[in-house]
Amino acid sequence: MSEWWTYRTEDFLLFSPRVYWRMFELHNAALWPLHVLTLAAGLIIILLIARRPGIGARWIAFILAMLWIFVGWSFLWNRYATINWAAAYVAPAFAIEGVLFLIWSLLDRLAFDRRGPAGWIGYLILAFALAGQPLLAPVQGRGWTSSEVFGIAPDPTAMATLGLLLLARGKLLLVLLPIPVLWCLLSGITLQTMGEPQAWAPYAALVLAVTAWIWTIIRRRADIMKEDRT
Amino acid sequence: MRTTRRTFVQASLAATAAAALLPISLRAQENPPGRRPIPSTREEIPMVGLGTWITFNVGDDPVLRNECAGVMAAFFEAGGRMIDSSPMYGSSQPVVGYGLQKLGRPSALFSAEKVWTSSAAAGPPQIEQSRRFWGVPKFDLVQVHNLLAWKAHLPMLFQMKAAGTVRYVGITTSEGRRHDLLEQIMRNEPIDFVQFSYNVVDREAEARLLPLASERGVAVIVNRPFRQGALTHRLKREPLPEWAREFGVSSWAQLILKFILSHPAVTVAIPATTRVDHVRENLSAAAGPMPDLAMRQRIAAHVKAL
Repeated sequence: MSEWWTYRTEDFLLFSPRVYWRMFELHNAALWPLHVLTLAAGLIIILLIARRPGIGARWIAFILAMLWIFVGWSFLWNRYATINWAAAYVAPAFAIEGVLFLIWSLLDRLAFDRRGPAGWIGYLILAFALAGQPLLAPVQGRGWTSSEVFGIAPDPTAMATLGLLLLARGKLLLVLLPIPVLWCLLSGITLQTMGEPQAWAPYAALVLAVTAWIWTIIRRRADIMKEDRT
Repeated sequence: MRTTRRTFVQASLAATAAAALLPISLRAQENPPGRRPIPSTREEIPMVGLGTWITFNVGDDPVLRNECAGVMAAFFEAGGRMIDSSPMYGSSQPVVGYGLQKLGRPSALFSAEKVWTSSAAAGPPQIEQSRRFWGVPKFDLVQVHNLLAWKAHLPMLFQMKAAGTVRYVGITTSEGRRHDLLEQIMRNEPIDFVQFSYNVVDREAEARLLPLASERGVAVIVNRPFRQGALTHRLKREPLPEWAREFGVSSWAQLILKFILSHPAVTVAIPATTRVDHVRENLSAAAGPMPDLAMRQRIAAHVKAL
């Protein structure tokens, strides 16, 4: 791309906010009442983490795998790509994230038993993704019909995943991070370019998650140094 | 017969219904937009066309697709001809095709498309795919979008023109980018059309591109005449100057369009809109008297001062 410095984010926005939010209305209408099932899956995930963090980890990873693949196929590939050709290139990333969770589920490498401040931030992001994000549409006057629901729309799915990964321990956990992080960033930029105030939601989830991870890393290193001294 | 409110309303409704039943061609004759010749053939086209960037990218949404078809219907009814799109504009091409089918494929259509791929080999299949989306036998005009791979696509388009599968060949850019290269191509290649951004606040094209287009006999399509709505949005808080009304202008959009169209080198401006009233307003800007040089300067100075 020549004279790339002259391009603004607005130059890459192919659709109007009205078209964008009506896309969620049509998507919700087409998939209803599947929302009940995906929200129930989200609640089961929270219950498994709270009650049986060790035993349920495999099933949590499995549920997330299915939801990432489903959102990538149903929303990005079949719906969003009709107004944004770039979404067709992002959809495979959702499938990759799903496959990664599937592998982690089969290998049973995760444990969702992290506690402390990072864990609580994880619960906070998870709760917002499940219960807060769907409220943004009616709060902003668009009505429930264009609500973004966990397991149906990409933003709450990616945000909930960030929250869950804050609660997780396991080898190669970092491999599961880039795709939800990049999606939150991409979605935040898109919403901000459209002038939508709710751009703060994916940005806030991202900032909170990154802060919690940095805090956890610093804390872990401090503990190691402390152990070395003793 | 005494005219009561009831009879007035009944008569108004009957008149509206009758107007809706009028053939497109009859209604277009009421206040036809001004025309300009395409220099390479002297074929005349209306000075206001219809852009589809963002506005026609509505995906599979049936409500919004019908709204776009309504805009197209109003466009043809008001005497419009040129519709411009691109493979880059998301679902705009199939939405244009949907509208054309719904309107019974108006014969007035002047189809302006683009080729937008960095691969030389992918050019012809992309144009064919675009043609299928539109549902037209061939395009009137195919342009190299944003000069992407122009060295590869221009010879292919000239071949298509020689074979009769496209009538005109052009190149495009937007927002003042790559004017030097655009100028070079205008000087050296036998193109029929050039497309770039030009409006009352973005006037770089006046220095070299517009005079060169006149000199070389290249038709000029002006894109983003309202700076993608930002210009009309900024001006809507300001009162329209009284002196603007002397050439039949009733809105800022019309004044901005009159400014663009009054440049003698401009052939067509292609504002995009989602509203039927706006498309009518835009086309009516191409009718009636145009500002002279002194008035053009006055308009530019007034807008700059706001």
